[in-house]
Amino acid sequence: MAEYQNIFTQVQVRGPAEMGTMGSGAELGRVGEPFFSRFLGWIGNAQVGPIYVGSWGFISLITGTIWFVMVGINMLATVDYNFALFLQQLFWLSLEPPGPQYGLSFPPLNDGGWFLIASFFLLVAVLTWWLRCYRRARDLNMGMHVPWAFAAAIWLFLVLGLFRPILMGSWSEAVPYGIFPHLDWTTAFSLRYGNLFYNPFHALSITFLYGSVLLFAMHGATVLAISRFGGDREIEQILDRGTAYERGGLFWRWTMGFNASAEGIHRWIWWFAILTPITGGIGILLTGTVVDNWYLWAVEHRFAPEYPPMFGAGEYGTSIELPGVATGTGD
Amino acid sequence: MAMLSFEKKYRVRGGTLIGGDLFDFWVGPFYVGFFGVSTLFFALLGTVLIFWGAAIQGEWNPWLINIAPPDISYGLSIAPLREGGLWQLITVAAHGAFISWALRQVEISRKLGIGYHVPVAFSFAILAYSTLVVFRPMLLGAWGHGFPYGIFSHLDWVSNVGYQYLHFHYNPAHMLAVTFFFTTTLALSLHGGLVLSAVNPRRGNEVLTPEHEDTYFRDFIGYSVGTLGIHRLGLLLALNAGFWSAVCIIISGPVWTRGWPEWWNWWLELPIWGTLAHG
Repeated sequence: MAEYQNIFTQVQVRGPAEMGTMGSGAELGRVGEPFFSRFLGWIGNAQVGPIYVGSWGFISLITGTIWFVMVGINMLATVDYNFALFLQQLFWLSLEPPGPQYGLSFPPLNDGGWFLIASFFLLVAVLTWWLRCYRRARDLNMGMHVPWAFAAAIWLFLVLGLFRPILMGSWSEAVPYGIFPHLDWTTAFSLRYGNLFYNPFHALSITFLYGSVLLFAMHGATVLAISRFGGDREIEQILDRGTAYERGGLFWRWTMGFNASAEGIHRWIWWFAILTPITGGIGILLTGTVVDNWYLWAVEHRFAPEYPPMFGAGEYGTSIELPGVATGTGD
Repeated sequence: MAMLSFEKKYRVRGGTLIGGDLFDFWVGPFYVGFFGVSTLFFALLGTVLIFWGAAIQGEWNPWLINIAPPDISYGLSIAPLREGGLWQLITVAAHGAFISWALRQVEISRKLGIGYHVPVAFSFAILAYSTLVVFRPMLLGAWGHGFPYGIFSHLDWVSNVGYQYLHFHYNPAHMLAVTFFFTTTLALSLHGGLVLSAVNPRRGNEVLTPEHEDTYFRDFIGYSVGTLGIHRLGLLLALNAGFWSAVCIIISGPVWTRGWPEWWNWWLELPIWGTLAHG
C-alpha cells in the first residue's frame, strides 16, 4: 500500500562542484569557490556558486546598492538619525515622491529630490540587470525567453514609476519606497480611481496571476508525480517523449479532456506569467490618464450595479449622464 | 479522435477507489469512474441552481448574475430557497463536485501508477474555498459571512470585507499570501523561460542540456535549483499562496476584529523600545 512519493531528496550525493559549461569565452568571469548546502539539497541542487561577474552586473549591484542606501539614509533622517527609532518604525518609514505642486520639475532635495535621484539609480540598476540577463543568455547560446519575461516585469515597473507619472504630468504619482507606505499607495490608488476591481485589465492581471499559481501547482505536482519515470528530465521528454510525459499528459487528458505537451506546458506557463505584469501595466497606465473612475466606467458599460448616490460617487464627475447618479459640482 | 497514438496501452482496468469495475471506463478523452458520475451530478445540480437563481434575480448578464448567501439574521440555520437557501445548496453542490474531482484525480493517478501530488495540491484549493464559505461563516455564526456567487458581486464582497478591517494589506497572513503569489509567478516565468530557451536556442545552435540551464542560472544569480528542484519549489510556493490566503481570511473576524493596521502595534509597543528609542 505504501508507495514512494517524491517530496524531498532523502539521500544527497556529493560530487565535485559543477563549474559551468565552457567554450567561446563564456566561462570567463566566473568567480567564487562553490560550496554545498545540505538544506538546499533537500529541495534541489545543493551547490551554491560560482557566479558570473560582468561589467553590467557590477554596475547593477553598485547602483542598486546606492538606491538602497539612499532610501535607508532618507528614512534614518526622518527619525533624526536615531537608529533604535529607525528599527522600531522601519516598516512605517518612507522615502516619498515630490508633492504634486512640483509637477515634472526637479524639487528641493528634502522635498522629493532624493526620491528622484534614488529612482534614477534604481532605474539604472534594473536596466543593467536586464542587460546582464540578456547577454548571459546570448553568450551561452540560449534562447531569449528569460530576458523577455524579465522585460515584461520591467514594463510594469516603468509604467508605475516613469510612464504614468509623465502622462499625468507629475512625479507625485510615483510609488513611495517603504514597506507600509507602498501598500498605502496601492489602496489609495484604488480608492481614488473608483475601485480598481472594476478595471478590466486589473481583472485580467489577477486572472493571469492566479492562473500562474494554478498552473505551477498543476505542472509542479504533475512532474513530481511522474518523476519516478524520469519526468524531471524535461528536455529529453520534449525531444523524445517517454512514458513519464505520456502518463503526465494522459492524467490531464483523462481528468479534463485536454493536455499540453512537454514543450507546450512551458509555453502556457511562460505566457501566463508574462501576461500578469503586461496586462497589469496596461491597467495602471489607463488609470487617471484615460479613465478617472472605474466604478462609473463599469456602470456606463453595464457591468456594475448602480448604487444610490449617497456614497458621493457623483463627486468624481462623469462625462455621461447616468440616471440615478448625482453628478458633482465639477461638471 | 478520442485516443492519442500512444494512449491505448495505458487504458487498463483497475485503480478505482469505489465501484470496482462498474464505472471503470472512458467517455471520449474523459475518464469516468464513480467520482466522474458524482462530479457530473453535483456540477449539473449546482449549475441548474445558479440558473434558477438568475431567473429569480431576473438578470441574465453573466457579469451581474448574483447568488447571495442568506441574511446574517438566519445565523447558521437553513434559509428559504429565495433568501439564501439556493446559495447554501450551491455551496453543498460545489463541495460535492470539488471533492469528487479530487478523488477522481486520485483514481486516475492510481491507474497511471504516478504519485498523488496533483490531488494533494488541489485539496489546498478546496481548503481555501471551504475556509471562505464554510469554516469562517461557522466561526462567525452566520452563513451570511460567505461570499456571494457572481463575477462582480464577489469582487464587491472582497472590497467590502477588506475595508471592514480598514486596510487588508496590513494583514500579515495576507502579506505572506500575496508574496507567495508574486514569487510563484516570478519562478514560473523563469522556469518556463529557461526550458524554452534551452530547447529553442540561439539561431544556428543545437538544443542545449540541463547543464546549460544550471550554468545560466549559476552565472546569473549564483544558484540553480535544478530540474527536479524547480518543480518542488514551484509546487511549494503555489501551495503556500493558497494556504496563507486561507489563513488570512480565517483570522479576519474569528481572531482579529479591529483594523489590520492596528495589529502591528505589538511591534511598536515591545518593551525594548522604551530605553533604546526614547531614552
